Amino acid sequence: MTAKKKKSPKAPPSAFTEKTVPPITDNPERSDTKAHEQIPLESIEAPKNLPAHGIWVYIEQLQGEVAPVSWELMGVGRQLADKLNCPLSGVLLGHDIQPLTELAFQYGADTLYAIDDPMLKPYTNECHSIALVQLCQAHHPEILLIGATTTGRDLSGSVATALRTGLTADCTQLDVDVDNRKLLQTRPAFGGNILATILCRDRWPQMATVRPRVFSKPEKQPERSGAVVWSDLGLDPSKTVMEVVERILDERTEGYLDEADIIVAGGRGLGSKDNFKLVEKLAQAIGGMIGASRPAVESGWAPYSHQVGQTGLTVRPKLYIAAGISGAIQHLVGMQNSDVIVAINKDPDAPIFRVATYGIVGDAATLLPAITQELGARMHGAPLGTERQL
Amino acid sequence: MNIAVCLKQVPDTSEVRINPKTNTLMREGIPSIINPYDVHALEEALTIRDRLGGRVTVLTMGPPQATDSLRKAISYGADHAILLTDRAFAGSDTLATSYILAGALGRLMDREPLDLIFCGKQAIDGDTAQVGPGIASRLGWPLLTYVTKIDGIDPTNQVFQVQRKIEVGREVVRCRLPALVTVVKEINEIRYAPLPDLIRAAHYPVEVWTNADLGLDASQLGLKGSPTWVNKISTPPMREKGEVLAGSDVAPAETARILADKLIPHIVVPNR
Repeated sequence: MTAKKKKSPKAPPSAFTEKTVPPITDNPERSDTKAHEQIPLESIEAPKNLPAHGIWVYIEQLQGEVAPVSWELMGVGRQLADKLNCPLSGVLLGHDIQPLTELAFQYGADTLYAIDDPMLKPYTNECHSIALVQLCQAHHPEILLIGATTTGRDLSGSVATALRTGLTADCTQLDVDVDNRKLLQTRPAFGGNILATILCRDRWPQMATVRPRVFSKPEKQPERSGAVVWSDLGLDPSKTVMEVVERILDERTEGYLDEADIIVAGGRGLGSKDNFKLVEKLAQAIGGMIGASRPAVESGWAPYSHQVGQTGLTVRPKLYIAAGISGAIQHLVGMQNSDVIVAINKDPDAPIFRVATYGIVGDAATLLPAITQELGARMHGAPLGTERQL
Repeated sequence: MNIAVCLKQVPDTSEVRINPKTNTLMREGIPSIINPYDVHALEEALTIRDRLGGRVTVLTMGPPQATDSLRKAISYGADHAILLTDRAFAGSDTLATSYILAGALGRLMDREPLDLIFCGKQAIDGDTAQVGPGIASRLGWPLLTYVTKIDGIDPTNQVFQVQRKIEVGREVVRCRLPALVTVVKEINEIRYAPLPDLIRAAHYPVEVWTNADLGLDASQLGLKGSPTWVNKISTPPMREKGEVLAGSDVAPAETARILADKLIPHIVVPNR
């Protein structure tokens, strides 16, 4: 699954192989001064008393598929909008995006601001940040929420700076101070050891990125609809400076870990790569996916794409079984919002037991085969409950 | 190929511990390091310089103690180091910080043209990933984040190509120079500093710029220039106390049966 774009005629691909990169020499035609002149360092003051109004959610999409975090934000955005008594809007940027527009309303948006332009496909920081800045300047949202995905973080920093407003990264809780109309943006700090609540003063929109899977996805309401406000991008394609040449999508045969309903995760307490296979067997028996702590990944027992925690994925399954994971704070911040947590660990004082719904003190390597057998036998013929949300 | 690398000196957060009684950070005696992602940014800049020629200048904003990180960068092989320090800079959030760094880079470019600016993808103490994008936006330069590989650089045509991480895989992007790049750790392996560079670093005259040198708008600096502020610090809420199902004195099969009784209802109900 690769999305290929036409190669630029000016620069053939061979120019980019290491061997053919010419050594740098003094080149009088270099255009450095031009780049320097672009520096907009003069003060751009945010206009006072903007008629900022409404909560916006950036709807991130890739090849017609919306990132689940966008709908999670629509859910929490709906609650905030109701508290502030203001409209909730989606922002959708891309090309051939018409089929996605009705989803925004079904997940809770009152209005949708959309730009359909070939230059917005695929995502580039350049075109998407210009588009989002244009829409913000035209419509003055009070709050702008973006998923803390790689794309969302790439986009939000550029947009917030261009708008000279505040941005809080990676929030895990959101609320509003209704009297002052402030967004209360809470995020983990110092590796999740503390939570900081951050506010944005006198600038709009108040911007936050939000980690995926910390809010649940709202129910789809098929009967809801609303108005789409279409805008034009108005960019000259010949003036763009970056181009996506190729996109190589991971081959994931087993779905996305951060969308799994059941995760069986293993840690260093399993003792060996062979014992880690017991995790895989249990996951298989109960229709779950495999997770891993950072030490397990660093030991080579599981690939990085399965790492849960601060430096890996945040997950929110219905059931999270942690086998041989002691529960360093960096791991806990990635899984503590799971509905039911089972912890199996030899050390009764392991921090994982502080977040566990059910704790078993014992050797995971000994217990896993028995649990696999018992659950596997009882679930035989029963629905597995592993259908992932769309 | 002139390259600037923005570094941040951070507390080694892997060493940060929580006082279990007071739930406060125990910061005493925690060593300062160069933000690990920034070390990879520097390494990539040095590699490109060694291949294509040019100069690598490192910059950091911080208190005078941040000179330590700049000397470290010199020991790795950076050609020049600039410390941005001023009381007026203290308390800057990411918006103000990117304003200051962009201002300093602008001043550097009065002296020598830059082709690339490298930053780490984020700092381990703040984890915002906002300053790199902020600098690019201030300079009006193209931005490439989460870069895993520089495929090639063509200085004659002022164009280069990178691979960057995206949520569902990676993408290959071709981009005009000059540009700002933020890197992830996978981009390279760090080399050790050779002895002569260690000696050079110890004596290197680090250049110091204050706002008197930069002449930035005071209303956009420090706390005054920072729209975001921390309103409250709290400890993460604890989940409700769980239930211990069985201890090590119970046979595995029995433990499994007890656990299955609890879990089956959760597993077979398909909706959250």
